[in-house]
Amino acid sequence: MQYETVIGLEVHCELSTKSKIFCGCTTKFGGAPNTHVCPVCAGMPGTLPVLNRAVVEYAVRAGLATNCQITQANKFDRKNYFYPDLPKAYQISQLYFPICTEGYVTLSSGKRVRLREIHMEEDAGKLVHDDWTGGSLADYNRCGVPLLEIVSQPDLRGAEEALEFLGKLKAVLEYTGVSDCKMQEGSLRADVNLSVRPVGATEFGTRTEMKNINSLRAIGRAIAAEAQRQIDLIEEGGAVAQETRRWDDDKALSYVMRSKEDAQDYKYFPEPDLPPIEISKEEIERARSALPELPEAKKARYINALGLSEYDANSITSSVYLARLFDHTAEITGDPKESANWVMGEVLRLLQKTGTQPEDMAFDPDSLWKLIRLVKNNTINRGTAKRVFAAVFATNVSPEDYVKEHNLALVTDDSALRAKIAEVLAANKKSVDEYKAGKTQAFQFLIGQSMKALNGQAPAQEVTKILRELLG
Amino acid sequence: MPITQYAALPLAQKLHAGELKIADVLDAYYAKIARSEFNCYTSLCKAFAYARAAEVQARLDAGEVRSPLAGVPIAVKDLICTKGIETTCASKMLAGFRPPYDATVIEKINAADLILLGKTNMDEFAMGSTTETSAYGPTKNPHNPAHVPGGSSGGSAAAVAACEAPIALGSDTGGSIRQPAGYCGVVGLKPTYGAVSRYGLIAYASSLDQIGPIARTAEDCAALFNIIKGDDERDGTCGAQTACDAHGARKVSGLRVGVPKEFFGEGLHPEVAAAVLAAKERLTAQGAVATEISLPMVAHAVPTYYIIACAEACSNLSRYDGIKYGHSSANAANLRETYIKSRSEGFGMEVKRRIMLGNFVLSSGYFEAYYKKALQAKRLIQQAYFDAFERCDVILGPVAPTTAPRLNESLSDPLKMYLSDIYTVAVNIAGLPGIALPCGKDAQGLPIGLQLIGRPFEEATLLEVGAALREDSGSVGH
Repeated sequence: MQYETVIGLEVHCELSTKSKIFCGCTTKFGGAPNTHVCPVCAGMPGTLPVLNRAVVEYAVRAGLATNCQITQANKFDRKNYFYPDLPKAYQISQLYFPICTEGYVTLSSGKRVRLREIHMEEDAGKLVHDDWTGGSLADYNRCGVPLLEIVSQPDLRGAEEALEFLGKLKAVLEYTGVSDCKMQEGSLRADVNLSVRPVGATEFGTRTEMKNINSLRAIGRAIAAEAQRQIDLIEEGGAVAQETRRWDDDKALSYVMRSKEDAQDYKYFPEPDLPPIEISKEEIERARSALPELPEAKKARYINALGLSEYDANSITSSVYLARLFDHTAEITGDPKESANWVMGEVLRLLQKTGTQPEDMAFDPDSLWKLIRLVKNNTINRGTAKRVFAAVFATNVSPEDYVKEHNLALVTDDSALRAKIAEVLAANKKSVDEYKAGKTQAFQFLIGQSMKALNGQAPAQEVTKILRELLG
Repeated sequence: MPITQYAALPLAQKLHAGELKIADVLDAYYAKIARSEFNCYTSLCKAFAYARAAEVQARLDAGEVRSPLAGVPIAVKDLICTKGIETTCASKMLAGFRPPYDATVIEKINAADLILLGKTNMDEFAMGSTTETSAYGPTKNPHNPAHVPGGSSGGSAAAVAACEAPIALGSDTGGSIRQPAGYCGVVGLKPTYGAVSRYGLIAYASSLDQIGPIARTAEDCAALFNIIKGDDERDGTCGAQTACDAHGARKVSGLRVGVPKEFFGEGLHPEVAAAVLAAKERLTAQGAVATEISLPMVAHAVPTYYIIACAEACSNLSRYDGIKYGHSSANAANLRETYIKSRSEGFGMEVKRRIMLGNFVLSSGYFEAYYKKALQAKRLIQQAYFDAFERCDVILGPVAPTTAPRLNESLSDPLKMYLSDIYTVAVNIAGLPGIALPCGKDAQGLPIGLQLIGRPFEEATLLEVGAALREDSGSVGH
């Protein structure tokens, strides 16, 4: 039988606000354990949360960029459960009145994946297993880092759509500056709700939930494996149990965390320590008009106004960091095609080769247009430029300095060129004679020898011209 | 007159005039506390107090008087965080807990140059009406040590009444300032919700808790209230509006005093009713106008209160899990046992009862029937008070149905104990200010308390009317 995989995602994304959601501690990643902590985020007795209003602004921006309705009368609620990474034993979240509702993200097929809601909440800390004592240690640095939980409807069919959706969502969050979406730092994580059903069925199958998967690759693998597990169960005459599972990406297997019967009762109730938050119509409209150009609009502009191919436009707009580099380079060089060639060529190649994420590109964005200018004004040729860019990419050296230091500039001094080429002719008497006897391949050989003698650092056109003259 | 018998403002005047030295005042108080049989304090902070006294004395000597109460010692309920000074909530769970920060009210009293004497006894985590649920043993009523002082701020009220502190801070979630003030014959103010910062007040029920002053006179209460009230950027529920400074006695002529008939019905002891009505007569004799009003919704106040308070409490008290601070069981083999054993060992009976109740009313399947209903009832009770204040300026009634019960007779019947909160809890539910004032004694010599309830942020009216109603405060003295 043919099966269809039905997926809904709950995406957690850490906001890039400077301070935490309910206190003034920094949200910076890393730091020695328990150094980004104060009495409030450590849940000390008697402390109270005070809302960081920037979190509301960021959430509104995310909602507007995903076509959501913005809730004007917001409240927070408490989600109660015991776990050592949660110092208050409750998480302040939004259950009853989430800040954004009824949005959608459009896939390249034109399909709209509906968002049920986006709500604000605080992150928990993390537990670190201590091999020395065999115990676990709690690091509260991440406690109170603001999160958005973005909940999709079960509109996704299969891993490919799910990954495209995540990619689009990630791009929107990056473009709007809401999150840096660094998955390896845990700033974007997803819970996958998945069921399977025979193609053509209208009822959903029983779903399972896989918690907290934190890389796109792992999400893709988890979806494929879980769909297959459910299909195998059904094919063998079994039934899928509604349960929460944990995906172990190293073993490519998922395990049951808890069944429906053990489902936790979070005893949600309105958070009494935080007054309701009003968002005015004016605030919403101000945020709407301040939204930056979003990926879809940018892509259309690249194709229609700059003449990029759809493929190139898609790749470049998939990451705000690539798009920014491209926009900057194209604007200064006035040559979008050449800029796109570089981004699509050397930039992507080196990112891939070094396993670097676009957000981690460390070189000065001015280096790329400078490099293109060096090629255009014949200071270096294309082959050398690639070598220079590799150095720029790796060490953030300035292209001009690198060319100078390594003496890579083309020899453009006419008399110097003539002298070098004359030497080559003198050393290759035989080929000169052959050429003069009418063998045209000999000319190609002499160009090759001349370029070699010049270390490739001469404009090919110039070399050809001088050769012709000297050979008469 | 012995030093400990001065009320706070007169004591401050002596200090500011240089007629008394702070160290001598501290000596007198610590000597009195050492001789006490009432168990008002959970801990004293003598070294801290004398060091502070030296600083403040130097300022007074230089003529720098930072507040009307500068130099006056103060007792603070043991659920208000004091940096580096043990704060236990009278619970085994927090034995040895030294907060790394001061509550906002502590910062304010320090800035006003009051001097912390020690931390006062209370019902464990403020849960109780008698100060008998304390892990440090009960506090006794200074008017008769066979009786309770009321609760949960029983230590603060008893300390003020027994002249073991000139003034104190308590907290009131359902009557915890007013009821012990009433039982001990002193003045206690529960401010409007949001008038005083809760930052550093270890939470029992966040939407109901307020810190307030307990003193021997309404004028003293006003002076302390003026110091602690006001906006705080660390408490989002505080300071939407600002309470006015309170002054001395005001003329009451023309004041409209609402007397709810429901407050004088079944269950009210006749001696209490008579004393409260006599106080009403004294007000009308001074020109106030009494009107009978009706607050039928108040009948639902006790169940509404216990549902909301227990729900918030079970969540607020979940952080005491044996992981981060406070009691951690020594016999736990794993995480689950750490939670269960630490909490089973650390919390007392009444706290466990309320945690269980709170978890029950928030559980899926019961939430709608209990918690949601209680929130609806809360709105109706608020509305009933707002409607009543269309017709009157203050509402007058008893603080509690009886005078202080004997020790050991309340905890065996918690339901009866809960019902005795009938006149006080509605005020917390409605978020209003209320004041307890002494209004005579019963045949056994136990104080009777009068309660005045005001409009939001009109503490000044209550304090000024309280001063006008002044009778000899109930302090027991030497």
